[in-house]
This record gives sequence, C-alpha cells and structure tokens, in this order.
Amino acid sequence: MTENQTFSIKSDSRSKALVEHVAEIIFTVCAFFAVLAVISITVYMFLNGMPALFQVGIREILFGTKWQPASADPSFGILYVILTSLIGTTAAILIGAPVGVLTAVFMEELAATKLAAVVKPAVELLAGIPSVIYGLLGIYLLNPVMYRLEIALFADSPDHQFTGGANLISAVIVLAIMILPTVINVSASALHAVPANQRAASLAMGASRIQTIFRVTLPSARSGIAAAIVLGTGRAIGEAMAITLVSGSSVNFPLPFNSVRFLTTAIVAEMGYASGLHRKVLFTIGLVLFVFIMLINICLTRILKGREDEA
Amino acid sequence: MKIRKIMTMAGTAAIAAGMLAGCSGNKTAATTAAPATTAAATEAATTAAATTAAESTRLSGSISMSGSTSMEKLANALCESFMEKYPDVNVTVEFTGSSAGIESVLSGKCDIGNSSRNLKDEEKSSGAVENIVAIDGIAVALDPKNTVADLSKDQLTAIYKGEIKNWSELGGQNMPIVVVGREAGSGTRSAFEEILKVEDACAYANELDSTGAVMAKVASTPGAIGYVSLDAVDDSVIAAKLDGVEPNAENIKSGSYFLSRPFVMATKGEIKDQNELVQALFDYVYSEEGQNIAAGVGLITVK
Repeated sequence: MTENQTFSIKSDSRSKALVEHVAEIIFTVCAFFAVLAVISITVYMFLNGMPALFQVGIREILFGTKWQPASADPSFGILYVILTSLIGTTAAILIGAPVGVLTAVFMEELAATKLAAVVKPAVELLAGIPSVIYGLLGIYLLNPVMYRLEIALFADSPDHQFTGGANLISAVIVLAIMILPTVINVSASALHAVPANQRAASLAMGASRIQTIFRVTLPSARSGIAAAIVLGTGRAIGEAMAITLVSGSSVNFPLPFNSVRFLTTAIVAEMGYASGLHRKVLFTIGLVLFVFIMLINICLTRILKGREDEA
Repeated sequence: MKIRKIMTMAGTAAIAAGMLAGCSGNKTAATTAAPATTAAATEAATTAAATTAAESTRLSGSISMSGSTSMEKLANALCESFMEKYPDVNVTVEFTGSSAGIESVLSGKCDIGNSSRNLKDEEKSSGAVENIVAIDGIAVALDPKNTVADLSKDQLTAIYKGEIKNWSELGGQNMPIVVVGREAGSGTRSAFEEILKVEDACAYANELDSTGAVMAKVASTPGAIGYVSLDAVDDSVIAAKLDGVEPNAENIKSGSYFLSRPFVMATKGEIKDQNELVQALFDYVYSEEGQNIAAGVGLITVK
C-alpha cells in the first residue's frame, strides 16, 4: 500500500511541492535552451561574418561580380550569388505558391471526401521526403530534359555556354516542388479556420461555389495564406542540398539557362577546402543568408500579428 | 492506470534510447568513413612498430616541414605514421605554399620544404635539392560516347578557357562541350589550372564539390569534359589521351603525360648531409610503407 502511495502526488504535500518545483525548473531550462541557441547563433554569425566584410570591403563583397576566392589576387564579389538566391526564390514562389494555394482550396473546399483522403496523405508524404532525394530526381529526370531543351534553343548561338542541363530553371522547379507541402498545409489550415456560416451565407445569396471561394473564403483566409507563402519563401531561400545537385554551381548572372550558385550552395560547395580570408568570406555569405531569413521571419511575425488583431 | 502510465514511460524511454542509438550509430559511420589513407597509415604503422621497436626508441627530436598546400594530405599522412613509428620524434607541418616552403628551407627556418612543382634553376643553384617523393596525376574524363579521345595541350586549354565550344571543332560529333570542374580551393583544380596555366581563366559550366560528383556528371552528360585524380577514373568515363599519351602510371613517371606534377620534399643539400632524423624520415618515405601511404592518398609512387 505505502509503495503505491508514493506514486500519487496527492499523498504528501512535501513531495508534491518538490515535484512541482522540479518540473518548473525542467520546463524553464527547456524554454531557455531554444532562446540560448538563437542568441548564440546570432552572435556567432555576426562575429564570424563581419570581419571579412570590413577586411575586403562591403562594396567589394556585396556588389562585386567576380568570385575568384582562391587566386593569387582574390576577389570576393557575391552580387551574382545574392541575385541568384533572390531571383531563384522569387521564381520558385511564383510557381509554387499558386499551385500550393489552389491545391489547398481543392482539398478543403472542392474535393470529395474520398479524393481528399488520397491527396492529403500524398502532400504529407511530399513534406517528409529528404531534400537530397529531390536533388537526385532533379539530376536524373530534370537535367537531361533541360539539356535537350538547351541544345534545341541554343543550337545557333555560339556564345552560349552549355551546362548539360544544370541551370537556374532546374533549381527553380526543384524548389517550387519542395515548398509545395509547406504552402499547402499552412493555407489548408487557414481555409479550414474560415467559419462555415460565411460560406453558407455566400451560397445562400446565390453565389456559385467558385465565386464563394474567390470572393469569400480566400479573402477571409488571406493572412493565413500570406503566412504560408512567407514560410515557403523561408524554406526555399534556405534550401541547399537539393539545388546544389541541379544548379551547376558556377557563379553566373541568374539567367534561366545559366549555371548558377545560390547563397546556400556557395557555402556548401567551398567550405571543405577554404582557408584564411576565403573561409571568412564564406561566413559572410552565411551572414547575408541569415539576414535574409531574419527579414522573412519578421514579415511572418507581422502577418501573424495582423491576423490576431483582425480576429 | 498506473501500469499504463509506466508502459508509456517505458515506451518513451525506448524511443529516446533508439534515437540516441541512432545518433551514435551515425557517428561511428562517420568515423569509419574517414579517408582510407589514415586506415592504411595506421595499418602500416602498426606492422612497422612491431618490427622496428628497438630502433625507434633511439631517435628523438623534432623535424619541421613547410610548403605546398596541395601536399597537405600526403604530408599529414606521412607525418602521422612516421610519428607512430618513432614516438619520440615530433614532426610539424605548415602549409604556406610551394615557393614559401622552398624559401624557408633555404633560409634554414625548416628542415624540409614541400613543393608541388619542380624546383626552379635559381632555387637549385642556391642549394635546394629536389627529392621527388610522389607524383600527382590528373586524368581528363570524357563522357563514354565521345569520339574524340585524344587532346593536345592547346586544345585542352582552349576548351577550359571557353574558346572551343563544340566537339565538331576537334573532329568529333556536333555536340556542345559541357565544361565540368572543381570548386575553388580544391587541390585538383589548382593543379590542373597551374599545369595548363589557366588560373582564373576557366569558364566552368559546372563547379562541383567532389571527385565523385565530377565523375557522375561527366558519365551522365553527353559532351561533358571534366578532370579528376588519376586513381578515381573508372569505366564510366573515357580517360582522354593527351598529346597522344595514355594516362597511366608509367607514362606519368616517364614524364610523357603532361597533366602531372611532382611532389617534392626539398632539402638544403643532399639527403645524406641532413641530420639523422631527416634521413630517417626520407628512409621512411621511400620505404614500401611510405610509398603505400602515397598510393593511399591517390598518388603515383616513385620507387
């Protein structure tokens, strides 16, 4: 009997207080763990990324177009790399966001229960596929198709540098597919949260289903959908593994059929053998990426806060 | 109720343990996947330790080495196993660049100057002796369907500079050339560009970050050309002849295959005039064990 009683926190006020106290400490430590990680990463990135910025010169790094980090007279211009990340991510969002949002609409508003039962798990599965697998598929499916397209398009232009299909378009397509699950899931839950009586009211007024979706449901879920797109952007700009395999990884101006290098892949590709100033500049690239992601997060917080205020 | 609670806790514990095991599993995988060189080195060292235990106790002191960054792998592997064989000897290596290494051996700042190029005449005349310990060979890989199997030095240079863009210009099919290379900082890239004198002038369409990636890209892309360490070449690609010379160890040793460079450990004066520590190191480098280490890091042996 006595043995059993020790299990109950009701049994003894002293042990109850102790359990409460210990639990509180554990929760606090856990909570601070994440905060500590964020703070130390921020401090670390700035400490490691700033020196090269001043050593090489902010303008030379951020607005230079020549990337020759290992030559005798090195130049560390990452403008093309920054532009690639911006243009690549934007293009991926332009493709991925509409497809994602409309898939969410389909799942939440239009699909028959049986069909939704197929689409939903498929989307969830897509979210779980490791990014390197997307990259492999890109190499074996996308790149050969792109190469054929490239040969057909540029057959008569002697100045074009052939990349074997590893180009910006390949990377954008891979990114667009990769952000789909994020966009779909977040916008689906936003649509799900729209009160049913709004739809009912719209339909009762004589609006068709499609009219209801575009005039009532989507506008009313707009902040949630905006959050979905911003989260997708965050995922796209931070992705490295998949695109390092399909983008060709040469530093070029981000034209559709050029081999390009993103902020993430610039770090991944050269960290192995980089030393000295070269290595420091790679940290600076990390810092630039970090700043972009922080900006995206600030946008996200604003949007989510706006939604709270609305509600 | 209680039993259920305990079961849940046990379950959670099991999952947690599983996750931890998973983590440690990964770690072991990572350590075992360390370069084959260290494995080869330690293996060589353990057999050596048994046979020459008596001799190794005699030598003590320190050797300093400085020079080529390209020789980092070789120098580190050699030093590690040499120090295991002679525990009282401490070998330090700095990687400052070939010219800096020869300069410091000539000025007496270090015992051995590593250089990944032949010594210049003025370096030799100021007393540096060229001891070639291994040769680094680079193969030019072409996709398996390519009909051009022989390239001259000028053609290769023009391809990598982006001046020749189609195989038809070289007598092959009408197929664009896809120029594949390694990322900045790679030893193979610096060797390749140095030998062809195309530093910072290469127009790469693909800059990949490993030998394996270059091989895979070349093998799967019609019209692709890439460069890899000679020991990495397999049947998935064609290793091009250069100036009509087949890339193999014999041709590299004889010097007829131009895409190669010597790894030199320069001394001030002949080896026999060095102190006994340096002599022991060279004995070791030229021994079967030492040459095995060189082969283990993908180099061509000289003995």
